[in-house]
Formats: sequence, C-alpha cells, structure tokens
Amino acid sequence: MREQFIEKFREALDADGKEIRMDDRFRDYEEWDSLRYLSVIAMIDSEFDVIIETIDFRKIETVGGLIDEIERRIKS
Amino acid sequence: MAFQKIENVKISGISACVPRTIEGNSNSTIFLSHLDAEKFISATGIRERRIASSDVCSSDLCYHAAIKLIDELGWNKNEIDCLIFITQTPDYIVPATSCILQDRLGLSTDCYSFDITLGCSGWVYGVSIMASLLSSGCFKKGLLLVGETTSKTKSDTDKSTYPLFGDAGSATCMEFSPESVPMYFHSGTDGSKHKAIYIPDGAFRNPTTPESLKLEEIEPGVRRNRLQYIMDGGSVFIFSITKPPQSIKILLEKIGVSDEEVDYYFLHQANKIMVEKIINKLKVPVEKAPVSFELFGNTSMSSIPLTMVTCKRNEITSLRLKLITCGFGGGLSWASGYIITDRIVCPELLEI
Repeated sequence: MREQFIEKFREALDADGKEIRMDDRFRDYEEWDSLRYLSVIAMIDSEFDVIIETIDFRKIETVGGLIDEIERRIKS
Repeated sequence: MAFQKIENVKISGISACVPRTIEGNSNSTIFLSHLDAEKFISATGIRERRIASSDVCSSDLCYHAAIKLIDELGWNKNEIDCLIFITQTPDYIVPATSCILQDRLGLSTDCYSFDITLGCSGWVYGVSIMASLLSSGCFKKGLLLVGETTSKTKSDTDKSTYPLFGDAGSATCMEFSPESVPMYFHSGTDGSKHKAIYIPDGAFRNPTTPESLKLEEIEPGVRRNRLQYIMDGGSVFIFSITKPPQSIKILLEKIGVSDEEVDYYFLHQANKIMVEKIINKLKVPVEKAPVSFELFGNTSMSSIPLTMVTCKRNEITSLRLKLITCGFGGGLSWASGYIITDRIVCPELLEI
C-alpha cells in the first residue's frame, strides 16, 4: 500500500523521480498548489476508493499522516 | 427519494446565446506567471470564455435565445402559458426578472411567470419543474430561460474563480404532448455545504456595508471583496466527483436503462478534471460525453444547453436521442434527468 501510494502520489504531483519520505510535509513541496491538491484527492479516490473531505485533509500534515488516514478509512 | 417520472411532456427546442467578447486564459494577467496560466489550462481544459459587457445581463442573453427559438419553432407567443427564468444574476433584486421578460418578449399577460435561484443544477431542475407544470395539460406551452452572467459575480483578481467561468444564456421550449415518452429525474440537496459556493454580503443576511467593498488578499493571486464569489475548490471537487455519478447511477438503475443505451451524457461543464472524473466513474466512453468548457468555460446553469447546441446540434435536430443530463453545483444542489428528444429545433449558437 505504501509503495502504491508513493508511486501514485508522485504521479499526481507530476514530479517524476522525486524522493518522497514519510515525514515530508507535502504542503512545503515546490510542486504543491491548489490544482495538485485536487489531483491528489482524485488519485486517493480512484486508487483507494477513499474520499477525504477538505476539513479533515487540512489536519493532515505529512505523507505518512496521509497514508495513515487512508488506511484508517479503508479499515472502517 | 427525490425521484420523478413525468408524463405527457416533450422538449420542442433548445437554443443558446453567448456574448461576442472572448477572453483567453493563456495571456491573462490574473495568473502569477505564464507557466501558472498554462498549468491552469492543462488541468481545467479552459482556454477561453465569453464575457458580457457591463450593459448585458443574463436576461438579455436569454431574451435573444428565446426570440430565435420561438421564431424557428413558429410558435405563437400568445400560446406560451408559462415562463420560468433561472439565474443567480437577475436584473434587479426586486422584482422577478421573469416579469420583465414576459413583457419584453411580448408574451400574453395571461402568462404564469416566476424566477428560481439555483446555480449549476438549474437547467435540469428547470426542465423537471416545467415538465411537472405542463404534465396535467392545463398549460400547453412553456418557455424555460436559464442563464448567467457569472463573470459579474467574480473578482477579476481571484485566480481561484474568475478564469473558470464564462457567460451564457439559453432557452428551452417545452410542450404538453400526451404521445411522448416520460422523462425521469433524480435530484438532491446538501445545504450543510452552502458556503462551498457563496457570496457573503449584499443580500439580507449580511447587507452591503462599506466593509463589503474592502478588497482582501486571501493568498497570492486571490484578492476579492465580500460582494464577490467564493469557492472552496476542494469541497466542490469532492462533491462533484461523488454525488453526480451516484445520482446518474441511481436514476439509470431506477428506470432500468443500461449505460450503453444512452446516446449522450450532457454533464454540467464544471471543468476538465471534474468532467473526466465523472465520466471515468460511470465508465462512459469520452465520445458520449461532449464538452464545451474549452471554449466557453464553466457557464453555470447554461452549460448543458450550450453543450447541446455547440457540440451535438446536428444529431439533436435529426435523430431521436436518449440523453442523460446532470447539473451540480452551488447549494449544494444536483439533479439528473433521463430525457428522450426527438428531432427537436436547435438554432445555431447566437452571439450578441
């Protein structure tokens, strides 16, 4: 799941070969903007069938946090 | 469940009208850089939009669309029993613009006229409302005018809204027709998210004060005042990729029509990312879901009739078509309709 997420996350950011670490604060990425945000939401929906509402997404800070949230939602 | 089956009604004609003035996005100074503009165009698909001049209102675009359509249908104006105008940009706060249009169009004073305030779900809602009114046969002919000069509600220094939207108006003529097949609709509302698409001041909850006009910088490239449109892009996006496909699936299942049987899916033209996502979720081939956002942007409630006129006019005028239509947006509000059109009148796009 972790590898699958990172690969798709990189694609959604349009950042080939970018090194992505669990404790990265993704909002600090130079690629990050409002359009990339939408691509990431769309990717999480199509890959994991999970929708993270804006209000909950705002609370997530790191790549690891995003993966934890997706896993938590898949289980519940 | 807000499911409707409405009998004895047909759509006789559809027309659309846009302002002549084109505004492109690629050289727009609203973006921080040319690269920023290109990124925007590649994600949203929106290259250019039509912008109404200061003296053109939504009602003007709809007026021209209506005159042309009534003329091509050869309808006698005195036979129009009902006029509905749907907009979020009326001529005045008071009175209803439909009353002004009744007079301007030269319709009989024996005409049942009213306005409805809805956004991007407006055309589908309008067709279902007009169909309900005509279904009993008391009213024989109805004129549904749906239009928006959406550019007038946006800040031209807000890149999160302004470059997405364009102005357009439409007219849809409908009539009582006992031999026609039923129309089916599924609709929904989620008012808990009414602030996802919102103009804070200027009506009666928050009346206009000098503060309303103060320009606020929300982030670089996003400056607006409180009389201008705010969109929470993330929430609207999530809504758009969940509720519309769900609603279309519910509708098709309820009426027992398979996706292959549908000739075209006319979806609200929010932008490329949203339309593509909905199409993917429904597993609809792209050629079945025509798009007009590239040249006109998101034209709010006019986007469905505008897409019909600009993309599929030949088919609509010459074939019997099974159509799924789906509008979704501010409210939040959404509606899907299954409508069969049979060689209806559809004049070429009007430009004023």
